[in-house]
Amino acid sequence: MPLFTLNINNKEHRIDVAKGTSLLWVLREHLGLTGTKYSCGIAQCGACTVHIDNAPMKACVLPIDSFADGQRITTIEGLSEKGDHPVQKAWIEAQAPQCGYCQSGQIMQAVALLEENPNPTREEIKEYMNGILCRCGTYLRIVKAIELAAENKTPIT
Amino acid sequence: MKTATKHSSRREFLKTSSGVALFIGVSGILPQLVSCKKTDKVRAQLAKHELTAWVRITEEGEITIYNPAAEMGQGSMTSLPVLFAEEMDADWSKVKVEFSPQEVEIYGSEGWAPGSKLMFTVGSRTTKSNYPVMRKAGAQARHVLMYSAAKHWNVPISELTTANSNVIHEPTHRELSYGALVPFLKMPDILPDFTEDQYKNPKDYKLVGKRIPRTEIPVKVNGTAQFAIDIRLPNMVYGVLERGNLHGSQPTLNNQTEILALEGVLKVIPFDYAIGITATTLEAALNAKKRLKIDWSESQATGYNSQEIYHDYEKIADSKKNGKIITEQGDVKKAMRTAAKTYRTDFKNDYVYHAQMEPLNAVIQVSAYFNSAEVWVGSQQGTDTKLGVPKLLNIAPENVNVHLQYLGGGFGRRSMNDFVEECALLAKEMAPRPVKLIWTREDDVTHGAFRPLTLQRLTASTDKDGAITGLSHFVIGDGGNLVASGIKNHHYNIPNQWAEWRETSHGVRLKHWRSVGHGTNKFAIECLLDEIAMDQGADPIELRRKLMVKSPRALATLEKATEISDWNGPEKAGRAKGVAFAEHGSLGTGVCEISVDQKTGKIKVHRFWVALDAGVIVQPDNVKAQMEGGLIMGMSSVLKEQITIVDGRVQQSNFDDYQLLRMEDIPESIETALIPSTSIPEGVGETATPLVACAIANAFLRLTGKPLRHLPFTPERVLAVLNG
Ligand code: FES
Ligand code: FES
Repeated sequence: MPLFTLNINNKEHRIDVAKGTSLLWVLREHLGLTGTKYSCGIAQCGACTVHIDNAPMKACVLPIDSFADGQRITTIEGLSEKGDHPVQKAWIEAQAPQCGYCQSGQIMQAVALLEENPNPTREEIKEYMNGILCRCGTYLRIVKAIELAAENKTPIT
Repeated sequence: MKTATKHSSRREFLKTSSGVALFIGVSGILPQLVSCKKTDKVRAQLAKHELTAWVRITEEGEITIYNPAAEMGQGSMTSLPVLFAEEMDADWSKVKVEFSPQEVEIYGSEGWAPGSKLMFTVGSRTTKSNYPVMRKAGAQARHVLMYSAAKHWNVPISELTTANSNVIHEPTHRELSYGALVPFLKMPDILPDFTEDQYKNPKDYKLVGKRIPRTEIPVKVNGTAQFAIDIRLPNMVYGVLERGNLHGSQPTLNNQTEILALEGVLKVIPFDYAIGITATTLEAALNAKKRLKIDWSESQATGYNSQEIYHDYEKIADSKKNGKIITEQGDVKKAMRTAAKTYRTDFKNDYVYHAQMEPLNAVIQVSAYFNSAEVWVGSQQGTDTKLGVPKLLNIAPENVNVHLQYLGGGFGRRSMNDFVEECALLAKEMAPRPVKLIWTREDDVTHGAFRPLTLQRLTASTDKDGAITGLSHFVIGDGGNLVASGIKNHHYNIPNQWAEWRETSHGVRLKHWRSVGHGTNKFAIECLLDEIAMDQGADPIELRRKLMVKSPRALATLEKATEISDWNGPEKAGRAKGVAFAEHGSLGTGVCEISVDQKTGKIKVHRFWVALDAGVIVQPDNVKAQMEGGLIMGMSSVLKEQITIVDGRVQQSNFDDYQLLRMEDIPESIETALIPSTSIPEGVGETATPLVACAIANAFLRLTGKPLRHLPFTPERVLAVLNG
């Protein structure tokens, strides 16, 4: 099997997997970075959202052989050392999660939003977050958490 | 009065430096302290006595409380320990929470049959069923600590008080923390039962009714919360099944040799209804699954078309043949005969799917000698907490160890353990290698177990003053209580009532879906009320006020909802409000405000208000979260979700063709008012969802004068109604 090298959370990983394997399976099943979730596999739900060079992407549809050298992948595990990224803190403050399954993807998407746009309007939040599903219906608290994090003015990264 | 129960014949107990486990019989039976580290000792103790093991205290004062319920987002990891810690007077900052072992004899709460026990996180019973258990066990834990301090200081127990994990002897100004008491723990001969007046006075509550952050939220924002799908074990292999999209159909595999030759494939394992594959990696298993060439047999569902079946259902409703009678009160026939006016309306409901975000999965390892099994699973548990594995694998229940994980959503789907059984059979084939079974989303949708399709035929009679005198409700559909729940009207004063279920059967898999039959039956009942109100030119709230005369608690929610929604206030142009009432344990009145795009038929929900009486509120913020979640899931199902069957085959397969509500469609706000109460807590997880269909339809009726009677209210259907 071919050997791939990926930079994930600022660490080089050498991975031996079949060509075409999705980044999601590599993260979850080969590397044990299980904070990134599987839910649809077809870029419809956003549970698998990670950052590729700071841009939010859906890991389930990224084949491992599509990465260029030097591209940086960040997962929820790499967002902060102690779970204290301002967005994570805002999430706790808003008591946003219910089952929690979608929340890594929600948080990764929200971080990317605030990096791009530190003071989003409600409409901008809704538009940017639209690709991430939550079956438990925590959307209103997610909006609240993002607004809290934005107000907080703490630098996001 | 404290009542003595049994005497202890065995006073010695074991301690370890890492803490002791306090085992307290909830029925007042023999308390014991047993080493918490030696699980076989604990088991031996538990085998001898009917005990309940709830808490572990270390000498450092760390307190671990065991949660017997599944955590699927409803907050059991906090609400149950809060009840325990409140009565124990524990310092909440020192409390940790863990799932209890899945041992029903020890951790079960009262089951459906008298004297039986259950660990089953269904029907929104978490708080209600565990409320007496957790309070009593917490109070007993406190009693043991006080007893031990009394012995240690040689003072009467009646002179002791507790506060924040300390036992205090006021007369001598002495105090000892719970942790410091561990070396001196002594068991009383008798363990008191407690009557209501011996529990903490609610005005002294420090935890119950306060905003306590949920204990498991930090791990849910840093990615470390462990769901079963996250389990990885040495030597683990992967399992997938191809089940087709025709329920009940049997497969014939045509290319087994080719599949077995694929890289990474280990075994092909046939099931009655599926072909299983195990492989060394998930990608290999999924690749092989895609290449299966299977012929599927016909099944009971063959030929069944869900969208055409309503004609048959109407005929069943017309028929003189009764079904199973659920309510028979007064004389409905007479009420209809003597009515000043009667109303007859049919309501229709398409299938809906659970769509819990974590697809079904499990990890199971069967030992090399096939005599024990380890099971990692997110389950709402079941009548058998070992989830069917012992029977299936012929392993003694005590040798099956279930490690309950967080559930990435349940909504009823995870109270059916078909996926656990599948994984057990794969694991048996692969023993001693552990197997992770994953359902793809496509599997989860096409082999779903849906909320049944139904038709409700309602007939109501009114007298010359417009009062509703009779209500007859037929529900036609498959699934017994799945379609019949919520058909009763406990809170409406309608003297003559009749309800019956008329059975159909199509071979489509069905299951409880959040709030079960309440979703569809309340839709029908509440909409009929508004159609009557419209016909009478009456205000829908006023009409319900009259119906609720004998139900003050229900009425209080109606009044509160009227108030917080400013029901009588001015309405923005193009908008209207609608009201609905539902009971599912707790009682709730909901009001929504909507508008409709006349060109596209799209309904927009702007705001939602709900007033709820759920008895004692253990965690107010969490109850609000349940209202928000329940309403949004309701909006999703009502406005978007639809499973259709053509020639027996499920037509949807993933979130591209089974749409869920997204951020763009959320309301501006959801406001919840909680009615203060000292009654026993009632479930809150399923009261909000059934309010949605009827509140929206009732708002639509007030806005347009036209009724919506078929769920879901997709834009096409709404347009057809508008133009009809
Ligand atoms: S799993 Fe990647 S978008 Fe759903
Ligand atoms: S919190 Fe459960 S799916 Fe979002």
